[in-house]
Amino acid sequence: MSARPAQPLREVSGPSALGGGSRRFFDLLWLTSVTEFKRVYFGTVLGYLWSLIRPLMLFATLLFVFTQVFKIGSEDVEHYPVFLLLGIVLFTFFQESTTNSVTAVVSQEGVVRKTQFPRLVIPISTVLTGVFNLGLNLVIVVAFLFAFGVDPTWTWLLFPFALALLFVFTAAISMALSVLYVRFRDVAIIWTVVAQVLFYATPILYPVNFKENYEHLLMINPLAVIFEQVRIWVLAEPQAPTVVEAAGGWLGLLPAAVIFVAVCVLGVWTFNREAPRIAEEL
Amino acid sequence: MDSSAAATADTPLAIQVEDLRKSFRIPTHRVDSLKERMVRPFSARDYRELKALDGVSFEIHQGEFFGIVGRNGSGKSTLLKLLASIYRADHGRIRMAGRLAPFIELGVGFNVELTARENVVLNGVMMGLTPQETRNRLDAVIEFAELDEFVDLKLKNYSSGMLVRLAFSLMLEVDADILLIDEVLAVGDAAFQQKCADAFHEMKAAGKTIVLVTHEMSTVEQYCHRAMLISDGRIEHLGDPAEVGRHYLRLNFESDTSEPESRPAHGSDEEVRLLDIWIEDAAGERVTNLEHGDRIRLRAELEAGRDAPGGLGVGFVLVNADGVGVHEFGALATDSYGSPQLSAGKRVAISAEVENLLTPGRYFVHCGVSRANNSGVALYEPKALGFVVFGGEAHSRGVVTLATEIEAVAR
Repeated sequence: MSARPAQPLREVSGPSALGGGSRRFFDLLWLTSVTEFKRVYFGTVLGYLWSLIRPLMLFATLLFVFTQVFKIGSEDVEHYPVFLLLGIVLFTFFQESTTNSVTAVVSQEGVVRKTQFPRLVIPISTVLTGVFNLGLNLVIVVAFLFAFGVDPTWTWLLFPFALALLFVFTAAISMALSVLYVRFRDVAIIWTVVAQVLFYATPILYPVNFKENYEHLLMINPLAVIFEQVRIWVLAEPQAPTVVEAAGGWLGLLPAAVIFVAVCVLGVWTFNREAPRIAEEL
Repeated sequence: MDSSAAATADTPLAIQVEDLRKSFRIPTHRVDSLKERMVRPFSARDYRELKALDGVSFEIHQGEFFGIVGRNGSGKSTLLKLLASIYRADHGRIRMAGRLAPFIELGVGFNVELTARENVVLNGVMMGLTPQETRNRLDAVIEFAELDEFVDLKLKNYSSGMLVRLAFSLMLEVDADILLIDEVLAVGDAAFQQKCADAFHEMKAAGKTIVLVTHEMSTVEQYCHRAMLISDGRIEHLGDPAEVGRHYLRLNFESDTSEPESRPAHGSDEEVRLLDIWIEDAAGERVTNLEHGDRIRLRAELEAGRDAPGGLGVGFVLVNADGVGVHEFGALATDSYGSPQLSAGKRVAISAEVENLLTPGRYFVHCGVSRANNSGVALYEPKALGFVVFGGEAHSRGVVTLATEIEAVAR
């Protein structure tokens, strides 16, 4: 009766972050991210424009406020508009990816509760969709770079390395938030506030050395370190302090490094711990 | 059906489940926010343990069509979710041979914002194919579902019938070795149901292992080689589908009989007390349900609270769930010498045997005691006993089924 060759019995281990093998995980991750990206861009009439307008509006407003009203920008930073735009674009990626991740698992309730879906795909694909957006927004940044006469240097090639760090950091936070929200609904509100604070605690509006003695404190924030390094690599301003200078020596970078590693470890740990139980908690 | 069941018994195992246990912790007070957790750090520890599965072991052979039945909350869906790796077992192990379609419901992975084409690819990958394999099978899926014109239409614009067709044909094309199916056969119109039935027979012929969870006994008897009845997280019966069906029916009626309203404790100054009333089976065991045709062996015990010089008449009225009286019967209580005179403290044992022509359903017995000299009612207890009749002609609309001879002859 059975024409198929006999297959060996294999242990079924239950749900997990990667569930169903790594090939299936990556296939699903890619498909989910691409379809979501397509849905956003081809689903609405002005698709791409909308995602561009938000950071550009923010950029225009802040540019006006900080060059005309407070006059912080223009004095210390050579190409302040480009500096500001680059910062906003990168932070938009961080903020949108993490914020969207908060509700990602809960909004995929049907899939989580009724199929064996590798749980990790959900937050990571949200971040990956964010990366696609970032890619498109960076096109505008490149246009600005040339428009403001920033000379290309070989350090532009190092930019992807900073992006990789930012991606890892964003992904780790997204993982933790997505599963914590399943159990604690106020994570959404808390994260909105934290993200707002992080925006001001990162040198986006102002250069890291805007005031004496504050730069060491700023350099505790891993995002500040990444953003400052991006500024050095991309804008290549001679007067910008290196991250080591801003942190007051290599030792000053230690807190940021510790926080970075701790966030990553905690994110992965939280996710792994909660992932098998998500279907039951929903 | 028996011959095919014998045939699959020789094939290797497809699923092996050993001592599976799963319990859920139901918080008596759900902590949904961090604030609550901080304000009352220990309140979250108030859990009620719900044993959804309590030591379940069974084996399914390759090529077998296996049915799992049970009432709501019996643990059958939990078992399916454990098999599908949606839940993690607390104890025990599950082993499987071959690729499993990790879906327990048709079309659950669909995203209505995407087109049929995108959904098929996404869901195919979810079911374990590579994106390339899925694209190769896309045409076959769409063709079987008869949706060629709508392949680039978003699913939100599909009718529910179209969705089901798409989901079902996708499930067939994915070609998994083991399929877990939760109540899908009831969907769709008659034509589609026929298509499902054909597909299932094909899958049976192809030697696929199918686990079907349902509470539709007819489906189980129609398709399954073997079936399993789950009740309260345990296996109640495993084996021949027809046998399981009978157990299931019995179980359904058994737990449907709620206890008759507890009788208030009567004061000792009462004239007559109904101490107990029950129905027995032929072996003398108390039962709460009877199969149609089994005689109703009613037993009751009374106690006279005061002297009853004129004697007591005991009567019972059998009513159906709508309160319609079906049958009334009674007797004069006498002592062992045949005298109707009863002194205070005397007990009377009543034993009646009634022919059971009742149609399946719920019935109640009212109990009444009257003074024999016609001077009024000494006791009246409505619904003193409730019981269920099952079996027989399930679709009869009458109150009773009477022996009937009927013929209809064309002239």
